[in-house]
Amino acid sequence: MDKFKRKDLLGIKDLSAEEIKIILQVAETFREVSRRDVKKVPTLRGKTVINLFFEPSTRTRTSFELAAKRLSADAVNISTSTSSLAKGETILDMAKNLDAMAPHVIVVRHSSAGVPHQLAKASRASIVNAGDGSNEHPTQALLDAMTIYEHKGRIEGLRVAILGDILHSRVARSNVYLLTKLGAEVCVAGPNTLIPQDFQHLVENGLTICPSIESAIQDADVVMVLRIQKERMNEAFFPTMREYSIHYGLTKERLKLAKPDAIVLHPGPMNRGVEIASDVADGSSSLILNQVEYGLAVRMAVLYLLTGGED
Amino acid sequence: MTDEHNLIEKVRIMDAARIDRALSRLASEIVEENQGVQDLYLVGIRRRGVPLAERIAEKIKTLEGALPYLGSLDITLYRDDLSTVGASPIVNRTELEVDIEDKNIVLVDDVLYTGRTIRAALDQLMDFGRPKKVRLAVLIDRGREHRELPIHADFIGKTVPTKKSEIIKVMLKEFDGEEGVGIFERAE
Repeated sequence: MDKFKRKDLLGIKDLSAEEIKIILQVAETFREVSRRDVKKVPTLRGKTVINLFFEPSTRTRTSFELAAKRLSADAVNISTSTSSLAKGETILDMAKNLDAMAPHVIVVRHSSAGVPHQLAKASRASIVNAGDGSNEHPTQALLDAMTIYEHKGRIEGLRVAILGDILHSRVARSNVYLLTKLGAEVCVAGPNTLIPQDFQHLVENGLTICPSIESAIQDADVVMVLRIQKERMNEAFFPTMREYSIHYGLTKERLKLAKPDAIVLHPGPMNRGVEIASDVADGSSSLILNQVEYGLAVRMAVLYLLTGGED
Repeated sequence: MTDEHNLIEKVRIMDAARIDRALSRLASEIVEENQGVQDLYLVGIRRRGVPLAERIAEKIKTLEGALPYLGSLDITLYRDDLSTVGASPIVNRTELEVDIEDKNIVLVDDVLYTGRTIRAALDQLMDFGRPKKVRLAVLIDRGREHRELPIHADFIGKTVPTKKSEIIKVMLKEFDGEEGVGIFERAE
């Protein structure tokens, strides 16, 4: 198998199916490390990972921090409230200053699309995109793919429904790229106001835009529910949360349309009772907590693959 | 004979029968030292140490009527040369299903050269617990003058004095489609 030779992980869009498979294969072996009594290997000893989070995050930030620590790297967390951006420094200046301290990896989350790409040009460190605005969230798509692989044994030929706020969702975008590259049939559905126009060109690559939630769930192997992103909604995309839940929420009844062994994924954090009913979120089809476990393994794999080798 | 890495085979030092006889001797030496299979745990180092450990275990079963414990180590994450090997190598599974605590471990590898692989294996093993003792069995020992660390083998299939420019290849049917040990040199 070919080796992984990238400096940065900015998105799924520019990865090949082969590169995605390498990350997933390496992640599989890192899962075993987290099951040991001593959950730490010396692989990245002496390397530094900076977590630069300009948006709130529990799961992703903790996951990257633990991933770095389990590989014996030194992890530093910087969040907006404690950063010098509060004093008016630009992101690029901040990146250059961080770069002067010679970190090996900078993990960045920002509410604007393209910030990680800018940093990648300005910095010698490997940049990992941990979510940029509504653009991409590559490690989330990778952990979703790993969850599907572990429970379905394959991705090719599966029917995957992605439901809800597609427009604002970087998770949806990364997942659509990844799942279609690996040969899944992806169906997105949600309120018309929340379906992005830029998905039209992906339609021939295995993506369908379904007219209703029900038609997307019909016979699905995987049902992925997205969070309603109140923080990104400056306009009225739908009347009320309650109405959204009635028309577009994943309920037990709607889930019955999927295959009997269908699995339910949600990237978290959940709005219980809005996009997903509590009995579905806690039900036997739900793999929401498994996703978190796989997330750690995927992030260890990404840090390992990006930092290996000469500069 | 040239292979894909432009290596020329200078001499074939073992064939399938000689490998098999060497493994038989290793098996009986191991059970003799251990006085049976009690707490004996063979741990193969990936990749070629794994089938070698399995074969020795089968031979021990023939001798003693019982199998020792079997496991495998992938030392990639414990290597000391990750920053110089180019792109990160693919990591394989480490499988130590039975607890190594208080066991008599025998690490099994194909070739002992600088000793750095064994250092990595020992470090990894210690992260899994505290074995009673650890021994090392290798099919080929390239000789002490190449050692970069104070490490030696306790059970040796064959000692082959070599030059640094030479490469020893152990070929096993599981990976290479043939059985044998050859001394190779890089073509100019």
